Amino acid sequence: MTAQPPDGPAAETTGAATAADDAILRVEHITKRFGAVTALVDINLHVNRGEVLGLLGDNGAGKSTLLKILCGFQPPDAGRILLDGEEVHLKSVDHARSLGIDVVYQDLALIDELTVYHNMFLKREKVRWPLLNNRAMRKIARERLDAIGIGLKSVDVPVARLSGGQRQAIAVARAVYSDAKVLLLDEPLAAMGAKEAALILDLIRDLKRRGDISIIIVAHNYGQAIEICDRINLLQHGEITFNKLSKDTSVQELNDIVIEEYRRALLERQRTA
Amino acid sequence: MSETAERAPEVAALPPTPGLGEGPWGMVKRAAALLAQQREATVFVVAVVLVIYFWRTAPAFLTKDNIVNISQITAPVAIIAIGEVFLLVCGEIDLSVGFIFAFSPFLMHYLIDYYGVPAVLAVLLSLLMGVAAGFANGFITVALRVPSFIATLGTGFILYGLMLTTSNAYPANIPGKAQGIGHWIGTYAWAEITWAIVLVVIFQIALSRTRWGLHTVAVGGNILGAAEAGVSVAKIKYSAFMLTGFMGALVGLQEAFRTNSIDPSSGGYQPMFYAIAGAVIGGTALAGGSGTIIGAFLGAFVLSALTDGFNLIGISANPLPIIFGAAILVAMIANVQLARLRRAGRTT
Repeated sequence: MTAQPPDGPAAETTGAATAADDAILRVEHITKRFGAVTALVDINLHVNRGEVLGLLGDNGAGKSTLLKILCGFQPPDAGRILLDGEEVHLKSVDHARSLGIDVVYQDLALIDELTVYHNMFLKREKVRWPLLNNRAMRKIARERLDAIGIGLKSVDVPVARLSGGQRQAIAVARAVYSDAKVLLLDEPLAAMGAKEAALILDLIRDLKRRGDISIIIVAHNYGQAIEICDRINLLQHGEITFNKLSKDTSVQELNDIVIEEYRRALLERQRTA
Repeated sequence: MSETAERAPEVAALPPTPGLGEGPWGMVKRAAALLAQQREATVFVVAVVLVIYFWRTAPAFLTKDNIVNISQITAPVAIIAIGEVFLLVCGEIDLSVGFIFAFSPFLMHYLIDYYGVPAVLAVLLSLLMGVAAGFANGFITVALRVPSFIATLGTGFILYGLMLTTSNAYPANIPGKAQGIGHWIGTYAWAEITWAIVLVVIFQIALSRTRWGLHTVAVGGNILGAAEAGVSVAKIKYSAFMLTGFMGALVGLQEAFRTNSIDPSSGGYQPMFYAIAGAVIGGTALAGGSGTIIGAFLGAFVLSALTDGFNLIGISANPLPIIFGAAILVAMIANVQLARLRRAGRTT
């Protein structure tokens, strides 16, 4: 990192836009290599209690790698993760979930063939041994979806019949009710129409209002991210290069940074050629 | 230029084709969608039609003796189908179950006649052998990552070879000490069908109303999603293979007791293929994620009624496989198309 932008990584460590004590999840000096390729370089970020953090960046910037480390899918090569101030070693997705870090992958989480309420309770079923207590699950699923404003005609239909937005909303609802403290959303708005995206944005706003859950949203639409997130981090070629509150930045500024980065890379390539 | 401009309105006028819900096709589609919601409905209708048809053309079809006969063809296929449905639902298959079927009565015979094991214990150990063979199938599929089609093809041959080698390919008599317990397992006329109905009811409930069943569907529907949610994919697959192995061993013992002989030529691929055919006709999708055991039972009944009915009417058994094949294809095509319809019916 030579020419550091004014709000570069230094901002994170000096705590320019942060209140250090209030971080629910903190990531320090995370590094990840795949063979000769360094995917993540000395990543520092945090998310505060009840905050929505947008993690932006181009394809290949390292967003997915970082997400996989945060949800326990793969360990970092170096660095540490602090949850509620205590260092945690995430062994698996299950382990991370048991600690309160839950990830919702785009369109991966649900089982098409199962009903809405079975999906919501998968692996956390209500049982009146030896049978499933479907009535109780149906009732609770209904209440929960109503509570977070997802209007569904019936919780008894297979999720295959729902739209992309409804499916995503149900996946989020499931994570919210699994006592998640930190919710990781992977491209929650990708491949979604305006109406569907509005459903998810409303849901996230609702969660924000409740204030008991912190959210990291991985996205690549700057406009939507600025609209919904409290703070924006920009990930470029494996480094966090930008950290500002949403109200202090704009789509224009983010675009400028990314374009500047392209220009620099292009010049570099021409120089070495 | 002017030509394209003239043609344009014609192209634009094309789209008003009847939508999904309009016209006579729409009604057919709606009726089909309604029927599709009850997977067993189609095969139930077919079963009823067949019974009426055979009863009208050959009144002997509904005599007690013939009903016993049909039940004895239905039961082994239905019992094996219970296991295969669990496997198909979670996205696997077992081709070896017919050889577990063939080996289990021989094992009982060896244990009793050569090792002096008490009959009840020998029966239990033979059933356990089926479970162990299922575990081996699971291990090769899950841990060693060999597709189950190939894994069970291999284990099937091995079991077949073991049975032939140990028996020198000679039939054996039912051990005298086992006759007592054998009555309850398969000798009594109604024994097999009673077992079949009880097991079908138990495992239909297991599939549709327990965590085990729910997780089996989840694994077959979306293996990544299920694992993501914390479902143990390996456990589910092992359990389905072990269940199938158990059913294979049970049917092997039942058939040995019913025919009062332990025959190296019994079992094999035929009961397995009939079981899978029954499952498919009954509404289980080979692609995983859905299935019904009651449907498979009805499917097994349809196959048996056809076999028996043709025999009764005096039609040669030779064209029977043509009808079976057509039934499997029709059922499968219906399954695939109805699944497409269901997806098309997505509400936004």
